[in-house]
This record gives sequence, structure tokens and C-alpha cells, in this order.
Amino acid sequence: MHRRVVITGLGVVAPGGIGAKAFWELLTSGRTATRTISFFDPSPFRSQVAAECDFDPAAHGLTPAQTLRMDRAAQFAVVAAAEAVEDAGLELAELDPYRVGTVVGSAVGATMSLEREYVIASDRGRRWLVDDAHTSPHLYDYYVPGSFAAEVAWSIGAEGPAAVVSTGCTSGLDAVAYAAELIREGSADVVVGGASDAPISPITVACFDAIKATTPRNDDPAHASRPFDNSRNGFVLGEGSAMFVLEDLERARRRGAPVYAEIVGFASRCNAFHMTGLRPDGREMAEAIRNALDTARMDPTAIGYVNAHGSGTKQNDRHETAAVKLALREHAYATPMSSIKSMVGHSLGAIGAIEVAACALAITNGVVPPTANLHEPDPECDLDYVPLEARDRRLDAVLSVGSGFGGFQSAMLLARPEGDAR
Amino acid sequence: MSERSERIRRTGHAADGRGEEKAADAPVVTGLGVVAAIGLDAETYWKAVLDGRGGIGRIARFDPAQYPSRLAGEIRDFDPAAHLPDRLLAQTDHVTRFSLTAAAQALADAAVDPAALGDYDMGVVTASSAGGFEFGQKELEKLWSKGGDHVSAYQSFAWFYAVNTGQISIRHGLRGPSGVLVTDQAGGLDAIGQARRHLRAGTALAITGGVDGSLCPWGWIGQLATGRISESDDPARAYLPFDRDANGFVPGEGGAILVVEQREAARRRAAPRVYGEISGYAATFDPAPDRNRPPGLRRAIELALADAGCPATEIDVVFADAAGVPELDLAEAKALVGVFGAGRVPVTAPKTMTGRLAAGAGGLDVATALLSLRDQVIPPTINVGTLADGCADLDLVVDAARPAPLRRALVLARGIGGFNAAVVVTAP
Repeated sequence: MHRRVVITGLGVVAPGGIGAKAFWELLTSGRTATRTISFFDPSPFRSQVAAECDFDPAAHGLTPAQTLRMDRAAQFAVVAAAEAVEDAGLELAELDPYRVGTVVGSAVGATMSLEREYVIASDRGRRWLVDDAHTSPHLYDYYVPGSFAAEVAWSIGAEGPAAVVSTGCTSGLDAVAYAAELIREGSADVVVGGASDAPISPITVACFDAIKATTPRNDDPAHASRPFDNSRNGFVLGEGSAMFVLEDLERARRRGAPVYAEIVGFASRCNAFHMTGLRPDGREMAEAIRNALDTARMDPTAIGYVNAHGSGTKQNDRHETAAVKLALREHAYATPMSSIKSMVGHSLGAIGAIEVAACALAITNGVVPPTANLHEPDPECDLDYVPLEARDRRLDAVLSVGSGFGGFQSAMLLARPEGDAR
Repeated sequence: MSERSERIRRTGHAADGRGEEKAADAPVVTGLGVVAAIGLDAETYWKAVLDGRGGIGRIARFDPAQYPSRLAGEIRDFDPAAHLPDRLLAQTDHVTRFSLTAAAQALADAAVDPAALGDYDMGVVTASSAGGFEFGQKELEKLWSKGGDHVSAYQSFAWFYAVNTGQISIRHGLRGPSGVLVTDQAGGLDAIGQARRHLRAGTALAITGGVDGSLCPWGWIGQLATGRISESDDPARAYLPFDRDANGFVPGEGGAILVVEQREAARRRAAPRVYGEISGYAATFDPAPDRNRPPGLRRAIELALADAGCPATEIDVVFADAAGVPELDLAEAKALVGVFGAGRVPVTAPKTMTGRLAAGAGGLDVATALLSLRDQVIPPTINVGTLADGCADLDLVVDAARPAPLRRALVLARGIGGFNAAVVVTAP
């Protein structure tokens, strides 16, 4: 079995607008969706900015029972999955449920619901022996985020392999790769896969404050996420989801489904170095990129765009620049490379999938999204980061990379479908 | 020689070698590490299992008096400082300490010298259910009672689902393809299935399985919310899968880490032993609760058998999921009788001794199955007496270990929400 895997539908819940259309408009306009945190009073915290979604579950078809039951990240995933299924023109009733898989990536699971329930159960941190008299009957679904995959599977009637992939900030890329592998190996014909995270809660903000990973640029929230800029000083926490319909290419052709992109290569490596630190030379990420090129049987020069991890921490952006140079050599200098985290923030495990959506839309529309807020590049970051404005460019192949706590480094290659179908 | 051909030479596979005959070789298990309530290494655990020694008791880590369920398969005599340096103690939850300990055992058992293998030839794929939950409770308490300035610099990674894979990778210098799966109790088997994919794609060796457990008050009320936890205070009557008195299950902590390798890679480095091969794997998902369709466990069994190229008649023992909840036991019994026929295959649930280990269960059951194949003996299901109506067609191995000629074992796991997974292992 050696099947090819294509993206035939996508759905996005992202800061700045719900749905793939609003998402793409934001990215190509170069506007940003970062702002002062509104979900709770952020004033006690070092970093008080985030990229929040203005999300009304009822407006997107979720029932009151679903809204009550599901964590915010599960709601995002179900809504994005529904958009992807509709976008792909899939008739759910015509699918064999046994041949439909579900994969959701998430770095921190139902952390918002967990914290909300913890506050109730502990009487605001006063009780070690927490009391479950007033907590949600769905507490276990928050405790084990496998529930995200269950919710998506239920919503689309899938009974094939289902999983949540949780490799920190590479969860999104790794989940899409896992989904693609289920098709490639023949375990499923269609997989609804992607990632979701909704981490904007006090404990997440506090834990990143503790290691100064997030930006303290609280006086200018709209311009707080500054990947590759010399003034960058940490990432901006985000939230959101992207879900895809992935199919066997032959199946997509048979039903005449338009194709966004083919997933032609993927690899992941670990740095075995530090849970949060990165080796400056970027060698493990470079190795992941080289291996993804090998699996795609692709020459580096075919890559027309690199979607960067570009979190906006001092360390990450240098690490990543080094890695891309190591893997693509001189072609790195000729390839536009941008970070959409400058606009939609860093939604931890979700962002890898959201970035795959950006790549698929970039290929389809022939447009490279920019890096917003990039005015004065770090001298050590000397590639073409597409500052401020989107750029028209025909793209035959794009690379998306991710890097995560735990040392995970992942790289995925997407290619323009044969025949410009979409 | 180009980098690419060098890589192919080193691993024996083209990087995209999926589907090639050679890559389809079943990987072998060459090392085991176990941490559980009844043993802190594989051989101690295995002796206790064969003796039918129960490890379930009243929770000691916190006072469970106020909760309706008070029993667990708690690990009591583990001294973290004896296994880990201070630097790691400061930044790890219990579950990560157990994971690191089991991983070190497994690598030592397999006599793997990470420095002797290629830089990217070893990866780590583990399962997790809730991460480092006690660590998380402590930090939540600091945040809400004292303020954000008191939250640990380690909180950003010490509690999350990827922590065990990351820490194992760092401690042993394993840089290959890695991963983390969260499918509740099915996770351990799904991790092994994913490790197998990595080996087929060219990685020589993977550390896999899972170690789990959230014995802290905050983790405990999460588990109580399932409504599946036994409220009995009698360790001998609390977790009785397939029994007519089944009344829920008892959670435990622990699990197993396995070293799995490409058969050829194990041969090349003269691995001291092969416990067996991972011959088949499959995963399915149950229909949504409101749909009138059959559950997916039977399909997972059939797909795993097909994947192994193994007719049902070749399975010599089944390690059951054994939910301990009457309707779930009934569903499992029905699936087993449907595939194998009434009383045609011995079934056992040594997890009656450790408690259900969530993401730790699959790895530990696979380790136990491999030890059964090695020693040609089926460990018992303890405490179970009269089988429930509808489960009576099972040949459940109760009371004492049963010697038997064993070549292949089937291991099953179900995760809350609807996850089903099955693995077939075969003696070397």
C-alpha cells in the first residue's frame, strides 16, 4: 500500500475571525489579532497580551448541551471539523464509518475547563483535599483530552482509528502527519484531522511568565508579537483550531474533489537537549527538514515558501534560522519564510495545524503571508521573512516547521496538486 | 556517497520504505522496564503476578476518607532519589519519575548503548492520559492561594502530556522520531502501534509503552467523575472484572516501557534477548452514544488478527481490557466469544493485581504477555469468583497461574470515550 494523501477540505477557528475565509483575509492583510487579555483580569501577570478568538459556539451550530459538556478547545475542533467536511463536499451519510479516522493534536488539552473546575473544587486554592460536590459531571473529559477526538468523531460519525496527539507545540504538525499516515498505510480512507488548543487561562499565563517565554510588551498589544525583529522579547499566547479532510488521492479524484495540497513529506526529530531550551545550531530541526525532503524525494530548491515556527522568542528565531540554513543551504536565502504567529499568536499545539492551513491556502491562492511587526530584523536572522506585506508567488512546494517543549522538531512538506485542481 | 544513500545504508531502508517487503518485518521487543504496585522491576513484578499477589489497598498518598472510593493500586516503596538525580527530582511529577525509571530499566535490559547507535536511530513514543497531575495540583494551589509569582519555572512542562517522552529522550540522548498519544486506556497500545510505524519507516529502535497514574486529590475527583470507580473498601472485592459482583474498577499507577527494534537492527547489535515480536496492531472507535450501532472492540480484534496474518485459532491467550463495569465486561465477553468461540481461548486480567493503569495499562499488559510466552504460563485473574451471566462462556484463568503451550497472545485495551486497541504478540 503506497497511497498519496491530499487535503480536500479545511476549517479554521483563529483569532481575528472564525472560518477559513476570515483567517486568510487576516493573514494577507497583515493585520494582527493580538490584544490585551479579556478572559480574566491579567493585571497580576507579567505578560498580559494574547490572541483571543471571538467565538460564539451557538452561532456555529453547537447545542447548549455540547457547549456545556465540551472544553473550549473541543468546541473549536468540532466547529473547524464541520467547516472542513462541508468545504470538502463530503456526504457523511455516504461514508463507511469504519474507514473514517479522527486525529486531534493538542498541547495542553482542556486546561481552561480544568482550571475553572479546580477553582471550584479547591475553593480558590484553599483545599488540598478538593471537593467534587460542585464540579462538572464531565470532569474526566477535561482530565483526559482524548475526549477531543471523541467529540469530533461523534460529530462526524467516524468509527475508524481515533487519537489525540500531544507533543507540545509540534502537536499540530504531528497530528496532521499521524492522520496522513493512517491513510497512507491503509487504516482509513478519509481522516478528519488537525489540532486545537485554548490555553488562555491564568495557570498557562503564569507558567510562561515563570520562564519569561511570553512577551511583557503590554503597552502595545497589537504589535506585541514580533518574530525575527530585533526588539522581540517573547511569544504571544494564542488559541484556535484548524481541522482538515485528508483523503487518499485516488479517492479524491474519483469523487472529483478539489484538492488544496498534497502532503508529500514529513519527519520529526527530538533535540534530546532540554525541555524548554534549544541548541543554537538547529541541527535536529535541520535533520527533520532533510528527512522530510527525503520522504518527498524532493530537492530543497523546489521549496517556494517556508512557514516558520517563528514564535518571537530570542532563542527560537535564531535556532530556526540556523536550522533552515543548515537544511536548505544557499536556497534558504532565496526562499521567503514568514511567521503567522506575528498575527494570530502562538496557540501551542493548535498552531502547527493552523500553519498547515495557511500553507494550503498559500499554495491555492499563490500568496505568501507576511511576518507582521517586522521592522528591524535581528542581525542574526538574515533570511527573507516577508516583512509586513503579503507577496504574490506561485508555490509548487512549501515547508512548515515546528518546535516544541520537550525538544520536538517537526517538518512537513506540502505540494501543489497536479493539474491545479482547486 | 550522498547523505540520502548513506542514510539508507545505515538504516537498511529507503526513508520512504513503507510497503516494501523488508520494512514489513515485525519489530521485536528486546527490553522491558516495569514499575507497578506489585513490583518495581520486570522480574519482581512477574513473580508477584504468577503468585497472584494483589497490590490494591487504601490510598496512603492523601487521606481518601471524604471520597466515595478509597482504594488504589498505589506504588508505596519507590524511593525516587535512589533512581534519579536531584536535578530531575525538582522538575518531575511521580509519573515522570516512574517513567524515567522504567525506561532506564528497559534500556539496560536490552543492553542498548545509545552512544553506539546513530544519532537519529532511536525515538520515544509514549502514552499519557492526564500528565503530571499532582505537580499540576500543587502549582494551581500556589497560583490561586498565593499568586502567579509562586508558580514553578517547571510548570510549563512538568504536568503536560508530552513530559515523559521529552524527559526520556533527553536523559538517554534519543533524537529519532518521537511522539505522545492520548487515548485514555487504549493509549499504551496505540503508542506501540505508532512506534512500529516509525520502525517501518526506517528508525532502528524505539522506546515505547507508557507509565501513568494521578494519585492526588485533584486527579482522584477527575477519575471519580467517570462513575466507574469501585466504592468497595475490601481490596479483594473491589475490582472483579467479568464477575457477577463486578462493581467498577480500582485505578492504579505504574506501567511498562518497552524497547522495540527492527529485527535486523537487534540482530546486528547482538541484542541479548528477544522477548517476542509485535505481529499485529489495530485501533477502532466506538459509535457515538446515541447511534444504535455495535461497539468497535470486536473489529479492533479482527483487524489486529488480519494485520498479524493470524487466524483466531492461533491465539493462545487473551489479556483482556477487563473494565470491571458489568455492561462493559459483557461487551468484551461478547466480542471475544464472537471472534474465538465459547471457551476456546484462555482469557486473563492480571491488572486485577495492579489496578487499571490508564495509559500505563497497554504497555504493562504487552510486557506481561511476553513474559507469559517466555515462561509458558498464563498469569491469573485474582479475586474473581462466579462469572456474570453472559460472561460465563469465557475461559477466564482464575485463582492460580496456568501452565500452557503459548506462542501468540492478544492484548486488548479500551479507553473512555470509545477508543479500542488490540495488539498481537508472538514468541520469538
